[in-house]
Amino acid sequence: MTLLSINKLYKSFGGLGAVMNFNFHMEQHELVGLIGPNGAGKTTVFNLITGVYKPDQGEIIFQGQDLVGMSSYNICARGIARTFQNIRLFNELSVLDNVKIACHKDVPYSLLGALVRTPAFFKGEERIEQQALKYLEVFNLDIKRDELAKNLPYGEQRRLEISRALATRPKLLILDEPAAGMNPQETNQLMQMIEMIRQEFGLAILLIEHDMSLVMGVCERIYVLDYGQIIAEGLPQEIRNNKQVIEAYLGEELN
Amino acid sequence: MQTKKIKWTRFLLETALLVVLFSLVQYGISTRMLSQYYQINLTSMCINIILAVSLNLINGFTGQLSLGHAGFMAVGAYTAVIMTTKMDYPLLAGLVGAFLAASAAGFVIGVPTLRLKGDYLAIATLALGEIIRVTLQNIDYVNGPAGISGIPKLTTWAWLYGAVVLTILVVVNLINSSYGRAIISVREDEIAAELMGINTTKYKVMAFVIGAGFAGLAGALYGHYFYIIKPETFNFMKSFDILVMVVLGGLGSTTGAVIAAIFITVLTAALQPFPEIRMILYALILIIVMIYRPQGLMGNKELSRQTLGRIWGARR
Amino acid sequence: MQELIQQLVNGLSLGAIYALIALGYTMVYGIIKLINFAHGDVMMVGGFVGFFSVTLLGTNIAVAMLLAMAICALLGIIIEKVAYRPLRNSSRIASLITAIGVSLLLEYLTIFLIGPNQKVFPETAFTVKAYNIGGLSILNKDVFVFVSAVILMLVLQYIIKYTKTGKAMRAVSLDNEAAILMGISVDKTISMTFAIGSALAAAAGVMVGVYYSTINPLMGIVPGLKAFVAAVLGGIGIIPGAMVGGFVMGLLETMVSGYGNSLYRDAVSFGVLILILLVKPTGLFGKDTGEKV
Repeated sequence: MTLLSINKLYKSFGGLGAVMNFNFHMEQHELVGLIGPNGAGKTTVFNLITGVYKPDQGEIIFQGQDLVGMSSYNICARGIARTFQNIRLFNELSVLDNVKIACHKDVPYSLLGALVRTPAFFKGEERIEQQALKYLEVFNLDIKRDELAKNLPYGEQRRLEISRALATRPKLLILDEPAAGMNPQETNQLMQMIEMIRQEFGLAILLIEHDMSLVMGVCERIYVLDYGQIIAEGLPQEIRNNKQVIEAYLGEELN
Repeated sequence: MQTKKIKWTRFLLETALLVVLFSLVQYGISTRMLSQYYQINLTSMCINIILAVSLNLINGFTGQLSLGHAGFMAVGAYTAVIMTTKMDYPLLAGLVGAFLAASAAGFVIGVPTLRLKGDYLAIATLALGEIIRVTLQNIDYVNGPAGISGIPKLTTWAWLYGAVVLTILVVVNLINSSYGRAIISVREDEIAAELMGINTTKYKVMAFVIGAGFAGLAGALYGHYFYIIKPETFNFMKSFDILVMVVLGGLGSTTGAVIAAIFITVLTAALQPFPEIRMILYALILIIVMIYRPQGLMGNKELSRQTLGRIWGARR
Repeated sequence: MQELIQQLVNGLSLGAIYALIALGYTMVYGIIKLINFAHGDVMMVGGFVGFFSVTLLGTNIAVAMLLAMAICALLGIIIEKVAYRPLRNSSRIASLITAIGVSLLLEYLTIFLIGPNQKVFPETAFTVKAYNIGGLSILNKDVFVFVSAVILMLVLQYIIKYTKTGKAMRAVSLDNEAAILMGISVDKTISMTFAIGSALAAAAGVMVGVYYSTINPLMGIVPGLKAFVAAVLGGIGIIPGAMVGGFVMGLLETMVSGYGNSLYRDAVSFGVLILILLVKPTGLFGKDTGEKV
């Protein structure tokens, strides 16, 4: 079954159409990119998928279930996790705690157990710690486990965000501009990392990105959004040579 | 395993310390070494600790500014007093009833208001605290503004100490668990928490309900020590007093809340003959702390076993 | 019927007072997103300045009001500079807590310096006369309050719409950073906002003294809260909203105490607040702008 299928999605803010007639589909394990000029509505689409906004019209079918109207935490429970354009870590908490929180939705002991400190609590905490460390190790962040999230350098903060999202054990990982602020070297590492986690964790990945080297390098399929509407969809080579896409980015026809 | 043995020894040691502390004070009370004056202030101190630690759970750890904590104290006080004076229940039943009633009030108030953010939530809780007070003033069964007097002095040092230990234990155990982390994530970034699978409304309500419950417990203990309770006792000034303790101690530090509660109790006692100066001083404390040291005394740090160990190690 | 109109007249006077105070709340919230808890107490200080102006300096009521407005404008500027400006980049909770501190400071400093008892405005300050219009007895103090309030509100509208300061205030409340880039001094503009808001509150304070004949150090609390509810009702940050909200609250309160139970009069304000917050927190004229994720 199609992993994610979005049909006739509409969202406007105060009369201004942010997303219009958005149609999209994605299969298991696919790596799809969503690109477009600034303000095209890409993050709005992500916010609609993850329940931060409610669409005015349309449906978002994930693994056969319509997500429209579901609260964000429920959507996360069903297997969609994301990172943010402007990093949203739990700043005053440690690196380890940030990831542990992502493990909370499957907490193996009850509230009462925590209050009374049953054996189940101690075992559960042990398990959560092991799990969280596992996800940190993937990104070599386990050595900084006790560091406060706000004290990490930018690149590591981005990696921590991805690590945290992974810890919710999603089937679909949504990355919002993961390469923002990175130099070509870091971007390269990121590309390898994305490929690696896709294999290792058997994920589908949907990403927004402006860095074309990353997009063309890893994406299997690309959607292009402009002024809230899809203007092109296809393989990277097709998109690269698409006139409309070039126009949208550069604002004029190339001769 | 080695760690298990260490854990058990630590547990026994800590329990022993708690028992020793209790016994020392109890001895002072029984032999009348500690005068009435000290006993009254000790009682106030314990009640304030419970109030501050419970408010800190809501304001400090969950990041939801609640300005109506005295309202929950009132619900607990009145429930317990009605149960003991008009229904002849023993104190224990009254305390349990107070906790449950205040928790229920926390739930009823929390569910609709915790949708609001920041300032709006603060004002809503303030208004609701006042509504509780005004409502109590207009109920004849509890003598309206005159309140209930002649309450038997059932609160003893044992009850107070037990309640304080229970409150601190519950809050600390809650915070140092996955549920506690969920609560703190709500404070740190509500949207990110939601997207990581945390039902933020549930945890806001949870903190609110537990915090309210303990405020009710404090109210019940208060009523059974100070003979009289009236709606005026639980007005915004009381909520403000508790807020000062939490802010001074550090929003997000249970240790801070305890220390500040003790400090404010002592200060209040010292300034007893000068009530206006006391209020001016509190107002100044609030303003100065917020501007120059908004993290309060302890910030969000705790006096944990690790820190104690380090201090101990450094001294040797 | 006559009684209804009488109530309406009372309601309008009360509403005018609430509207003036509400304007201060709404202007400050509009520009720095702070609920100025201390605003009601500035009104109280205004009332006291007016009182001392009349009793110690022997001025008439108009001069007393102007003096109160001037001194409270200064007070507002000082409070902003000392207590709120340092926290402009801190969390909203921190500012709110500080505002509570300032409020209590004003109250208890006044009690400490002047004593907790109420003071009575002398008869000479404003001799109450009744006019008989079509069978209705309208007191000159109703006229005074209502007319002064309307004049002040018109002056405010003029300032906001046609002066540079007013434009600057609107700019800063819409977009702080853009305003700075346009060369607007944000600090000065915010100070001005506090000054104007406090001046209006001071006028209201003197009106309260005239209308009810008495003032006391804690008189800012309840009217302050009601005026705040008025501001929220109209849509916090929206100036016409504060005016409308003020009159609505005044009329509502007079109706409730006139026809209902005066014991619950204060509780009604709290109830209205809760209702607004739960149903439409942005108020009558407010728009909902969500958080950008």
